[in-house]
Amino acid sequence: MKDETDPNAARKAWLGLLARCRAADLNALWAGAALAPDHTVLRAPEVGSVMVRGRAGAVGSAFNLGEVTVTRASVRLASGQDGHGYVQGRDKVKATQAALIDALMQTDQADAIRAAVLDPLQDQMTQTRATRSAKAAATKVEFFTMVRGED
Amino acid sequence: MYVAVKGGERAIDNAHAWLAEERRGDASVDELSVPQIREQLKLAVNRVMAEGSLYDPDLAALAIKQARGDLIEAIFLIRAYRTTLPRFGGSVPIETEAMACDRRVSATFKDAPGGQMLGPTFDYTHRLLDFKLAAEGDVPAAEEAEARDAQTPHIMSFLDREGLIQPETDSDTTPPDLTRTPLELPATRDLRLQSLTRGDEGFILGMAYSTQRGYARNHAFVAELRIGVVPVEMDIPELGFAIEIGEIEVTECETVNQFQGSKTQPPQFTRGYGLVFGMSERKAISMALVDRALRWKELGEDNLGAPAQDEEFVLYHADNIQATGFLEHIKLPHYVDFQSELELIRKLRREAQANTAPQTDTSDASGGSLSGKMKEAAE
Repeated sequence: MKDETDPNAARKAWLGLLARCRAADLNALWAGAALAPDHTVLRAPEVGSVMVRGRAGAVGSAFNLGEVTVTRASVRLASGQDGHGYVQGRDKVKATQAALIDALMQTDQADAIRAAVLDPLQDQMTQTRATRSAKAAATKVEFFTMVRGED
Repeated sequence: MYVAVKGGERAIDNAHAWLAEERRGDASVDELSVPQIREQLKLAVNRVMAEGSLYDPDLAALAIKQARGDLIEAIFLIRAYRTTLPRFGGSVPIETEAMACDRRVSATFKDAPGGQMLGPTFDYTHRLLDFKLAAEGDVPAAEEAEARDAQTPHIMSFLDREGLIQPETDSDTTPPDLTRTPLELPATRDLRLQSLTRGDEGFILGMAYSTQRGYARNHAFVAELRIGVVPVEMDIPELGFAIEIGEIEVTECETVNQFQGSKTQPPQFTRGYGLVFGMSERKAISMALVDRALRWKELGEDNLGAPAQDEEFVLYHADNIQATGFLEHIKLPHYVDFQSELELIRKLRREAQANTAPQTDTSDASGGSLSGKMKEAAE
């Protein structure tokens, strides 16, 4: 899935992280970083849905599985960069924060933002995911076969 | 015939105020919070999301609270809310191969590559009431073990490689959407799958069970059942590329079914497919069985006249919101409708009595008491 040569790979990664993370976690890091960039709103936060599709037999033709709530927002920094936020759920603050971070990541503040917001977010999510995987792994079945018949 | 009836406003207001009070229950008992429902009644939340056709655990939990635990009423609330949302677009089809599996079992291969993980299952519990849950208390943390890093391949892909299973082809077209265009028959498989995944769990289960009991038997094995989280990607026009817009938990069931062969094709297994929002194992297995039964035509099987093969019967009765809407409307005022029925039956009785005039003595007695009763019902 990860394409090494994809020029958008880095931006895809942070937008995906911002979409999937918990609003409360992002909000805490946002507040901690004391970010208040000067910006104009290109698209006010809007709650909507995306139709999620699956594939017949996991690999065949697409079908509509059901919708998921998504909130989107777009901003333009005073320095000119546009940022877009598409986040899961109905949190307008989170969508705006995601759009602002997307824009800031295109400025010379990128390293600071990564260190203050994106890396801690990624660490939290990696940790949560790893704990679940570890619990799942503990329920792995080790089969053994009873030998039947007479010697 | 519909005629507007006015009146009853105060009764309705008072009934709704009482509903709110009854919903709260005994005020000396702590009130249930929406996060409590979301976290502790997760399977109910999952069902409301799947059949409400909207993935949002907070909203589903709120709907369950508002509906006093009536899940069909909660699904109705979610369906109604869903129609108010602007749709930003459709996702790229999710890749269940990339799922972070909480649970993954196979009934066909003991040594499935990637292993079998039971996950947080009710299976193998003794179904004895656990009175410890009646008391509050901390739960010990679950055991952990070292996890694999690699993706978990689909078991079906191994059969596919050997050519033993009917292949799935990707037509790469945008699937039709029954929430936008009314369902028309004959339905293509993509429409059937959409209808089944949002269909009533009880109905789909009953249909699936009927195939197991012999009505269009197709002897399904669960090749794989997996539950876990997958990312959802969508193309974003303003960006010009696809990004992840969230992640959802889904249950996927792939069945492998009886051989079939024809003059041109060697015998091979066929497949049924179930994919449902949330941890919804019973529903996903049921969906796969019904999907397989409905495929009789494209697989060149005989129509045995079984209910599960009848797509009109299955698809037009699977939606519990359509069903409950039509069913429950009959309790609402039908005074004028009924009045005309009453007039008709009185007329028919008068005619019948006129024709049998010689035996007036006995029929008068019973007829008189019946018409008296009906008059009472109409008033």
